[in-house]
Amino acid sequence: MQGIPIILAIVVMNFFLLNLAEGDAVDVLAGEAGSATPEYMEKMRAKFGLDQPLPVQLAVYLKNVVQLDLGYSFRHEMPVHELIFDRFWATLLLMTSTIILAVGFGILLGLFAAVNLNTWKDALISVFALITYATPLFWVGLMMIIVFSIKNDWFPTSGMENSAAFYEGFDRVKDIAHHLVLPTITLSLFYLALYTRMMRASMLEQYGQDYVVTARAKGLSERRITFVHVLRNALLPVVTMAGVQVGALIGGSVIVESVFAWPGLGMLAFESLFARDLNLLLGIFLLSSVLVVAVNLVVDVIYCFLDPRIEVN
Amino acid sequence: MTNSLLKISNVDISLPEGSERLLAVENLCIDLVPGETLCIVGESGSGKSLTARALMGLLPAPHVKVTQGQIDFCGEDLTKVTERRLREIRGSEISMIFQEPMTALNPVMTIGGQIDEIFRYHVSMSAAERRERAIQLLDDVQLPDPAQIVNSYPHELSGGQRQRAMIAMALALEPKILIADEPTTALDVTTQAQILKLISDMQAVHQTGVLFITHDFGVVADIADRVAVMQYGHVVETGTVDKVLNNPEHPYTQALISSVPSLVPRSARARSEETVLEVKNVNKTFGGGSSFFKFGKPSRVVDAVKDVTIELRRGETLGVVGESGSGKSTLARCIIRLMDSDSGQIILNEVNICDLNRAEMRPWRAKIQMVFQDPFASLNPRVKIGQIIRQGPIIQGATQEEAEARTLELLEIVGLDERAFNRYPHEFSGGQRQRIGIARALALNPEILVADEPVSALDVSIQTQILSLLDEIRTKMNLSMVFITHDLRVAAQVCDRLAVMRYGEIVETGATADIFDAPQHSYTRDLLAAVPGQNWER
Repeated sequence: MQGIPIILAIVVMNFFLLNLAEGDAVDVLAGEAGSATPEYMEKMRAKFGLDQPLPVQLAVYLKNVVQLDLGYSFRHEMPVHELIFDRFWATLLLMTSTIILAVGFGILLGLFAAVNLNTWKDALISVFALITYATPLFWVGLMMIIVFSIKNDWFPTSGMENSAAFYEGFDRVKDIAHHLVLPTITLSLFYLALYTRMMRASMLEQYGQDYVVTARAKGLSERRITFVHVLRNALLPVVTMAGVQVGALIGGSVIVESVFAWPGLGMLAFESLFARDLNLLLGIFLLSSVLVVAVNLVVDVIYCFLDPRIEVN
Repeated sequence: MTNSLLKISNVDISLPEGSERLLAVENLCIDLVPGETLCIVGESGSGKSLTARALMGLLPAPHVKVTQGQIDFCGEDLTKVTERRLREIRGSEISMIFQEPMTALNPVMTIGGQIDEIFRYHVSMSAAERRERAIQLLDDVQLPDPAQIVNSYPHELSGGQRQRAMIAMALALEPKILIADEPTTALDVTTQAQILKLISDMQAVHQTGVLFITHDFGVVADIADRVAVMQYGHVVETGTVDKVLNNPEHPYTQALISSVPSLVPRSARARSEETVLEVKNVNKTFGGGSSFFKFGKPSRVVDAVKDVTIELRRGETLGVVGESGSGKSTLARCIIRLMDSDSGQIILNEVNICDLNRAEMRPWRAKIQMVFQDPFASLNPRVKIGQIIRQGPIIQGATQEEAEARTLELLEIVGLDERAFNRYPHEFSGGQRQRIGIARALALNPEILVADEPVSALDVSIQTQILSLLDEIRTKMNLSMVFITHDLRVAAQVCDRLAVMRYGEIVETGATADIFDAPQHSYTRDLLAAVPGQNWER
């Protein structure tokens, strides 16, 4: 319920932030056309409503947003919501697979490292996490393409599906999954490292708690202590972090989508920023914020299952 | 003894390199027979908890381990058995309960689930049978509505209930030995009395040998058959409870016992006519605010302080006693305005300080100062002692030189070396830190000192020192004091008058001796009856 005012506040802030940037869509369009007169530019501004003072523009935009109308992209000559929803599924797919991979493997690796504390396995995982944490995303993406697409023709270099093949049904799913592998791995490596380190630290912290001594005093096996007692408590901070990071993930996807020409929101946002297509950009931001709020809600619900001390109101 | 359950002989436990001493426990010899309660008494760091852990094979390996000696448990040497056999013994033949019932239970598992594990790991029973047994056990430890508690999580129970659940868990398989590591230290006196009774009842039924670790001689007097006193890893004295408590031989035991505050109140001093502080009808509630935009149900409202009226005369020490959650600390914080009360008046020198804003309050802060409970948490670890103490006077307008001179003077008053000036808090022990806390409070020459459980975190011998320091300062500076404590023994020795609090309300006030002799309110009577070791007076 508190999500609605938060989203509205985000819309207003985004609006002013984006308007801080020099130039507008008309400048860019005129620049590309190469021969626009000032009178013609004024006319275009009037047509797009860009001649109004900022507060009026904001009011108009807010009114439209409340009516679920995200406006019109003059650049693409399409309603914003059509453009966004087209690309939204691609980004959602990429994000979902990334989160599953990063959180899932992060938890497993962190657990494994904590159980084998101070052995070569732990050291190996820590070094791996450090390296992936420190490597820039775009470089990983490019190296992935070079190694797995160019040297060994295992995966496609770019795109989301082979549109020339006109696959249908299950073949199409397989094709998309095939295209999904490299972008997902690239985007998840960084977060994988993060969750591995967090999980390891969290496990070690929980091992030091009193209830672990109690569990040992009850004569339980170490296996049971690790998987039943410690694991569930150790998951809590990792889940919280994962929820918070969904927002950051959208940011990271801009880079990965550019490198792999993945037709998602990140690419769209990147293009529309340079075209000063503010309506489109605002729409993308709005959708992202809705997504982040929604994911946090889901995390809250998961939290209630993991931690009985928290109640859903 | 032929039927000995446990015989510990010549055990050494090593500490990690670089510790204060080489061995946590040295040349330990203890034995235990069925149905007997052996109390191990000692101050913090004496090695009593590690002894308990060693029996269970639960020492924090690899740095802390038994390096020598035997722990003979019914013919088996526990230092030599395999890890597998040790796991079989733990929970079924020897079990343990711990000090802090909140952290000793897994917060995300139900009570039933945690009891269930013991059966799953030690005997074969069907799930329905295990559940039935768990409910039975919870009933045995007199928990209300066991069928519901079996599905509850630890946070849904009170401290005493959690400790009962722990005991149920420990006694699930009728162990031969129960090790209790300060099981009542974190509990209120009335709850403590119930838990102690429960343990001895259970012991009588099952003929369990109980190894009870404590620092409280009152508890020892109530439950022990035999006592072992530990100091720096050595058992300095063992014997029957009667002999150790009434005819201690070792000087350390004698010193410990003489520092236990007596339950007989000190003779009352003449009461001054001058009132220095009046608290009139003060209220403070917590919670009640609902969420943003009034969505969701409003949260629970707690009356932490309810219509409290107290009066403090010059030079007097007023004790506020009560159990945890009774609102004692909230009252203290309201009095010195660390918290704003919701309604009521706090009158200091004929001015209602509740009406003052921050800036107006500042000069009044010097008149009323606080000493906090936890000497570890209440000193900023990154600030030197000298700075901690002189900050107050400087804020109140003293020059650097004056403040520094005052600080050195205070360090001397509280019995610390002047070299303490340039040191950090972590370099001091708990008792020394509490002295620093007192020096800090005195730096502003207050008229009133509010002490919130100033000795609760300290060992008895240190406790005595701090109490006599407070006593000395009180007479020297003619301080009036509000002394908050849960310990009636301490209250008897320190306070001229007492105010007994329960659920935010003051149920009874009066001169200490009168309250001890003839308590009027039933709650006061319950509190006094629950003080451990009543029948023993040194």
